[in-house]
Parts: sequence; C-alpha cells; structure tokens
Amino acid sequence: MTRELSHKETFHKLCDDLSTDIDAELCDEVKEHIKDCPDCKIYVDTLRQTVYLYRGEQEQEEGIPAEVSDRLFKVLKLDDIREKLKEAS
Amino acid sequence: MKNLSLEEEQELVMKAKEGDKVSLARLVDTYQEPIYNTALKMTKNREDAEDVLQETFVTMVEKLHQFRGDARLYTWLYRIAVNNVYKRTRTKQKHEAMDINDPDVQQIHGADLSEWPETAQLLGEREWIRDVLADALDELPEKYRTIFVLRDVQGLSIKETQEILGISESNVKVRLMRARNYLRDKLSTSLEEGVHYDQGT
Repeated sequence: MTRELSHKETFHKLCDDLSTDIDAELCDEVKEHIKDCPDCKIYVDTLRQTVYLYRGEQEQEEGIPAEVSDRLFKVLKLDDIREKLKEAS
Repeated sequence: MKNLSLEEEQELVMKAKEGDKVSLARLVDTYQEPIYNTALKMTKNREDAEDVLQETFVTMVEKLHQFRGDARLYTWLYRIAVNNVYKRTRTKQKHEAMDINDPDVQQIHGADLSEWPETAQLLGEREWIRDVLADALDELPEKYRTIFVLRDVQGLSIKETQEILGISESNVKVRLMRARNYLRDKLSTSLEEGVHYDQGT
C-alpha cells in the first residue's frame, strides 16, 4: 500500500472515528497510523477541533426564544394547555 | 434536546393521536428547540427559522395519525423540517448549485496543515470566533450543511441522519467528511487572520 493510499483510507475512516460509531479494531488501526504521521495528526486534531467548536457554539446558544415558542403554541392552539402545564410544574 | 425515553415518547404519541392535547403539547415542548436550532443553522435567518418551526409542527399536528412509529418521532420531525427548509431555499434561490470537490488527499496535503494557534476550548471563548463559525457554515452548500448540522451539531446518528434525508449511509458519510473538511479548511484560514483581531487590528 502506498503512503498516499494509506492517508486516503485513514481519512475516510476518520469520518466514523469522529462520529464515535467506529468499531474498536478499525479505530486502533487508524490511531496507530496517526501516531506515526505528523501531517495526519495535525489534520485530525484540527478536524476534531472544528466539530468541537460547532458543538460548543450550539451549547452556548440560549435555545428557542420565549416569544418564538409562545407564537408556536398559539398557532397550534395549545397555548392554554401549555399555561396549565407550566402552572402544574 | 430534552430527554424523552422511547417508551415515554410512544405513550405521548399514542395519547396525542387519540386527541389528548396535553400529550401533544408535551411533544411540541420537547422537540421545539432542536427543530428551531436546526432550522436556524440551515436558514441563517430567524424569521425563516420560525416559519419552518411553525410549518413543521402544524404538519405534525395534521399528520400525526400517519406516523407509524417505526422510528423516533424526532427523526420524522427533522425530516419535515429539512424538507421545509429545502422548499424555502429553492424558492428564494439562495444557494447556487455548487459542489465541493472530492477532498483529494493530495489537496489536503497541499493545503495548510499547520497547527491551530490555540485549543478549540480557548478559541470558543473568543467572540469573533462565532462570526467565523457562522460565516463558514453559511458558505457551505446546503446538502453538506444539512448533514453537518444534523450529525455533528444536533448529534444524531448516521442511521437517523440517513433516514431523515432518505440517502444511503455511505452518502451520509461522504458528505459529512466533505463538510468537515470544508469547514476545517475555512477555519484554518480564518484563524490565521484571527490572530490579527486579537492583536487589536
């Protein structure tokens, strides 16, 4: 296997690695390659950080604005029930 | 997303189908936030996101009797929401039919592969990074952005993403990889420039 092919295979497997649903054997194989390849290591680190940044940004967001939620329940004619649920909780 | 076990969800769906409005309200309350966040990430517009949110749940209320329960309710809701987003963007012709080149290994290695100046944790605390992230995501063609938002931001599984979009597992993985590569490259370039922001220029 050439070095280039090895990289390509590694990168495709990384898709699963970052998604946490890769099987253990394959994961070890990928990790082993990355350990000995500085370029791959930088690539993987920055790819991982990219996903981390977007996930982090989502977690920092305040969620759905109250007025948007209020209008939704009104459109669905569920606003009265929602009020009762709020009072009950 | 608020946690609702499969059993709880199934019970609420069953009661809602029988006309129980309290169960219906609980389902809406549980899933309104992830649907709104997804719509906002995809449309990049608060008014559009709210329209998509309302259209999605109006459809849910009207067609809940058709929901067979083979998958989780939220995958069905995401599918309705994504279709609503696609309908709107097609109408507005916001996104050109551009494609991302296959992330060829030679290109990857030809691109800048320097380490980022800071860890993602530290970068996430900087205000300007939010604009960088938003701009990069906005530039991502729709079909890749959808996959990235569902899989990496909302945390859905490959299988769920595949069901929502009606595409093959390998297609999900290929698009996801392209999306991640595209964003990584964009962020790498912006981060180099970002050093200048921090230096007050």
